[in-house]
Amino acid sequence: MTETYTFNFMKEVSSLLHAADGNPFPMCVQCGSCSGSCPVAAYMDYTPRQIIAMVNAGLKDQVLNSNTFWYCASCYQCSVRCPQGISITELMYALQRYSIWKSRYQEGLIGPSFSEAFAKTIVNAGRTFEPILAPSYIFRFKLREFFLEVQNATELMLKGRLPLLPPRIKRLDNFKRMIRKIIPIGGLA
Amino acid sequence: MKDYAYFPGCSLEKLAISYHTSALETSKKLGARLMELDDWNCCGSTTYFHIDELLAYTLSARNLAIAEKTGLDLVAPCSACYKNMYFTAAHLKKDPELAEHINYALEEDDLHFSGNIRIRHLLEMYAQDIGPEEIKTAVTHPLDGVQIAPYYGCQILRPRKDHESVEQPHYFEDLISAIGATPIDYPLKTRCCGGSLIISSRTAALSMVRNLLHTAVERQADVIATACPMCQINLECYQQSVNQEFNTNFSVPIMYFTQLVGVALGIPSKKLGIGKEFISVMPVLASE
Ligand code: SF4
Ligand code: SF4
Repeated sequence: MTETYTFNFMKEVSSLLHAADGNPFPMCVQCGSCSGSCPVAAYMDYTPRQIIAMVNAGLKDQVLNSNTFWYCASCYQCSVRCPQGISITELMYALQRYSIWKSRYQEGLIGPSFSEAFAKTIVNAGRTFEPILAPSYIFRFKLREFFLEVQNATELMLKGRLPLLPPRIKRLDNFKRMIRKIIPIGGLA
Repeated sequence: MKDYAYFPGCSLEKLAISYHTSALETSKKLGARLMELDDWNCCGSTTYFHIDELLAYTLSARNLAIAEKTGLDLVAPCSACYKNMYFTAAHLKKDPELAEHINYALEEDDLHFSGNIRIRHLLEMYAQDIGPEEIKTAVTHPLDGVQIAPYYGCQILRPRKDHESVEQPHYFEDLISAIGATPIDYPLKTRCCGGSLIISSRTAALSMVRNLLHTAVERQADVIATACPMCQINLECYQQSVNQEFNTNFSVPIMYFTQLVGVALGIPSKKLGIGKEFISVMPVLASE
């Protein structure tokens, strides 16, 4: 039972890395170079080294309930230093996809709704609107953070650095048809 | 001098408009025209990979295919866009089946990816393609005595592409010397600015920004030079938030390298988008 469970979680995560093939995360030797290089490790529930061990051990619930992969800044510092050639960053991306796909993430995180809001904007317009003050996640800020964001946004506005209208591409119909050929969109569009 | 196909990316339309204007002006002065891609789309930044990998590659492939039509090398000023386009091209070239699948979708916009152009970051274009020697000869207003901290950030260097040095790069320093300024040596030059964590995991990102500012200031930097809109925004627009969070009083100007090169080439500051900062860069310009 445990055997199959372990195997399945690892396999499910690997299958979310189909284009970035050859990511040998089961070969991790637990050396800790990734955690030692990670600028965010101190803020993560489990360090990159720990999360890899947990994925390999099939500890699905603990992995999905952690903030680790939502706190990854995609800086690739771990990946360039791993002696086993593992791209920990890509693994973090895969876990984010898995977590969004299953709608399972730690309570109170901003990351998932931010990513979804961002993706929806691209799919619908071909461009992103500057993320500051996007209503879908700003309400998750604490009050003080909220005011600091508003302060920043106001100053940007005054300096002419915030767009007033969301941009969109010209050949949007073609673009949307292109996307539909890649993924038959359900929830996103 | 040659022309480049130019992918500005979403941030350069507004938030980082001064990077855009200074890139165009400074390149022109150096004899290289940046030809903006027709109807480009968002590259997906770092966050699109959170949703779907295949679609993330498709978004970049569309821009690459548009660029291929020009026959020019493609240049991107944003490190996230650059990394996405560079590695999308690399993956698609390595995996013909993936390329075929994506090309099938690109047909909808009469486009085709074949992977036959070079993809460069704007900083690489300046520091490597044009090169410090050539820039040096064009300098009319050398930035004598200005101490500049070169900030590489992450995605211009990582992931590794070939056998280049990702730990101790030096081309940004060489560019800074070419414009007559003094590059500062500080240990965090390739450390992450926090990227989009500034929105999603604020405390972590603010502490990363603080560490960067701290080491640069400790080494007497007059200004930090950036090569990415995200880095510039995190280091500049969130400097006040860092001060509030950590009781510090940082006030370091953060400039795009294109603005600094532009100043050294004698381009008027208005044309370089100078004046849109939160933290005045006038002390830097005055010392010149
Ligand atoms: S650096 Fe690589 S081998 Fe070492 S612990 Fe991290 S993933 Fe495992
Ligand atoms: S890519 Fe993510 S996990 Fe790796 S060092 Fe950077 S923040 Fe840490």
